[in-house]
Amino acid sequence: MEKFSRIVSTAVPLPNEDVDTDQIIPARFLKATSREGFGDNLFRDWRYNNDNTAKADFVLNNPTYSGQVLVAGRNFGCGSSREHAAWALFDYGFRVVVSSFFADIFKGNALGNGLLPVQVSDEYLAALIAAVKADPETEVTVELQAQTISFNGNEASFEVNAYKKECMLNGYDDIDYLVSIKDEIEAFEASAITI
Amino acid sequence: MAKTLFDKVWDAHVVKQLEGNIDVLYIDRHLIHEVTSPQAFAELENRNLPLFRKDQMVATPDHNVPTENQHLPIKDALSKHQVDTLIENCEKFNVELYGLGHPFQGIVHVIGPELGVTLPGRTMVCGDSHTSTHGAFGAIAFGIGTSQVAQVMASQCLLQTRPKTMRITVNGELPTGVLAKDIILYIIAQLTAAGGTGYFVEYAGSAIESLSMEARMTICNMSIEMGARGGMIAPDQTTFDYIEGREFAPQGEEFEKAVAYWKTLKTDEGASFDKEYTYEAADIAPMITYGTNPGMGIKISGNVPDKLGEGSQDSFRKSLDYMGFNPGESLLGKEVNWVFIGSCTNSRIEDLRIVADYVKGKRKADGVNAMIVPGSKQVEKQAIAEGLDKVLTEAGFVLREPGCSACLGMNEDKVPAGEYCVSTSNRNFEGRQGPGARTLLASPLVAAITAVEGKIVDISKHLN
Ligand code: SF4
Repeated sequence: MEKFSRIVSTAVPLPNEDVDTDQIIPARFLKATSREGFGDNLFRDWRYNNDNTAKADFVLNNPTYSGQVLVAGRNFGCGSSREHAAWALFDYGFRVVVSSFFADIFKGNALGNGLLPVQVSDEYLAALIAAVKADPETEVTVELQAQTISFNGNEASFEVNAYKKECMLNGYDDIDYLVSIKDEIEAFEASAITI
Repeated sequence: MAKTLFDKVWDAHVVKQLEGNIDVLYIDRHLIHEVTSPQAFAELENRNLPLFRKDQMVATPDHNVPTENQHLPIKDALSKHQVDTLIENCEKFNVELYGLGHPFQGIVHVIGPELGVTLPGRTMVCGDSHTSTHGAFGAIAFGIGTSQVAQVMASQCLLQTRPKTMRITVNGELPTGVLAKDIILYIIAQLTAAGGTGYFVEYAGSAIESLSMEARMTICNMSIEMGARGGMIAPDQTTFDYIEGREFAPQGEEFEKAVAYWKTLKTDEGASFDKEYTYEAADIAPMITYGTNPGMGIKISGNVPDKLGEGSQDSFRKSLDYMGFNPGESLLGKEVNWVFIGSCTNSRIEDLRIVADYVKGKRKADGVNAMIVPGSKQVEKQAIAEGLDKVLTEAGFVLREPGCSACLGMNEDKVPAGEYCVSTSNRNFEGRQGPGARTLLASPLVAAITAVEGKIVDISKHLN
C-alpha cells in the first residue's frame, strides 16, 4: 500500500448525497481480474454518455476543477462492498475523500488502499464546497499525523483509527500483521467452540 | 453481565484485542464468488502465502453467469474469463467449488443456508455486502472488500472495530398481503439508507419470530441497505428445524449437542443496545420504492413525498428525475414492462411458491417481460418437483437458471434504459439493472400482481 502522510491539493466538489458504489464503479466494469485501470470507469455513467462522449455537466469533465481531494456529499460510498470503488478513486488520482458521513465498508476499503476518508461536520463540508466552488484554486491541506484538514485558514480535526493511521503512515497492510500472528490464531482454533 | 446475541457470538471469536479498539476476529466460514476473489488469490500468490484453511471456504460463480443455456460456454468473454479464473484458482488452491452445472451451484447467499454451511453462532464473511443474509440464523455475517478476502484466505481472521448494536423489534401480526420484504422496506424507509451505519442489528419481536427462515433471510439480507454491517435473528425451533438434515449441518448426536449450544444464543434479559426501535406489524403495508436508494420506499397505495426529510433536496430531485416521477404523486396506475423475481433477497422456494400461487390460472399482461430466476440449482429442482415451472410458464413467466441475473445486470439480463422494472431484489440504484433502468423494489407478491396487471395497483384489492 502507498504511504500517506500529507496532501496539499486543489479539490473536486461532488455535493451529491448517498453516492453509492454502483455509481462510483458500475457492476459491468467489475469483470477484471486485476486491480489496475478502474480509474477510467470511475463514475462511468455520470461521466460519459452511452456513445462514450463526455457529459459536459459532470464535475470530472469540468477542467476548472482538479486535484487529489474529492469533496463529496453525505453518506458517500453506500451500497455494495466492492473494493473496486476505492481502487477506481485511487487509480483516477484521488488520495482523500472528504464527506460528512461515510458508509462503513467503503471506509474500510478506502483505508486499506491508501485513500484517506476524512469525515467532517456538515457545516465544515458546506463551507469547503462553497470555497472550492467560489475559487477552484483553493488548496486543501490534509495532515494524517496531526489528523487535521484545512483550507483558507479554516482548520478542523478528523478521527481515524489509531491502528489504521499507523498502517497508512507506513504503508502496511493488515495481511502482514495477521500472517505474523499465525501461532496465536492456531492456539485460538484449538480452544474455540467448533460447531 | 447480560449480553446481547451479537456480543455472545462476537466475543466467542476474538483471538486478541489490539490498541485502538481493534479485535482480531476469527472467521468460521468464508464464501467466495468470481467477482471479488481473483485479486485476492493473486495477492496470495504475489506474497507467496498459502491458503490458511481451505476447508472453511466454499466457492460458487453467481454474479456473471448466464441464466439461459448454462451448459454452453459463457458467451461474454470477460464474464467467461472471470468464471474460468475462479475455476483455476479453486483448482490451484484446492477449494471446494460448486461450478456451473453442479447441483449445489447458486447465489452464494442462497446456497450457504440451504447446504447447512450457515449455522447459528458462526462468523461468516464474503466479498459481498449481502452476506448479512446469513445473520437470519444467529450468525455474525458481513460483507468485506477484496483485500479482506485475501486476509481471510491468509489467516482466517480480520481486524475489526466492534460495531455498535441496535435492536429493531416488530410486534404483532402482519396484515394480509404483507411479507418479510415489506417489513424490511418499511424499516429502511423509517431509518433511511444511512440509519444503520456503524451498527449491527438484531431483529426481534413476535412478528419476526413468526417468520419462516426464508422470510428471516429476506430481512437480514437488506440490513446493509440501511448502512448496517449486518443483521441477526436469534435462533429458535424454526431455525433448528430448517437446519436439521442439511448436507453440511451437524448430524445425529452432534446435531443435538449443537442445538443445546444454539439455544444459549439469545439476548439476555436486561442486556442493553446502543439504539432501539420498535414497530407494530399492524402499521406495515405492502411497500414499493419510488427513488434511487432503498430508503426511498412508500406504502404502495401512498404518495411519493413532496420533499425528503432533512437531506438535500437536490439529491431528491435528481432521484425523481431519474425515475420519471413527480413529488407528491401516486404510483398507482403506472405502467410497468418488466418484472424481475430473483436475487439473494427473494429467490428461494417460498418466494417462487408465493408467485406461482398467485399467478396460477392467470396470465401476465401483454407487453410485460416477467423473469423469474431461482436462487440456486436446489431451488430450481424443488420448483420443478412441485410443478411450479408449469404454473409459471402457463402464466407467461420465463423460469431461468440460477444466478444473480438482473439484480445487478452483470450478465445479459438487463432492463432497457428508461423502462420500469418491479424487482424483488435489494437495490434500486441508478443503472443497477442496466444503464438508465428504473427499478421499483417490492415483495414477490407485489411483483406477481404487477406482472398480471401490467401496472402498479393497490394489491389489497387483488388478493386471492
Ligand atoms: S443477487 Fe444481487 S445482491 Fe445478491 S449477491 Fe447477487 S448481485 Fe449481490
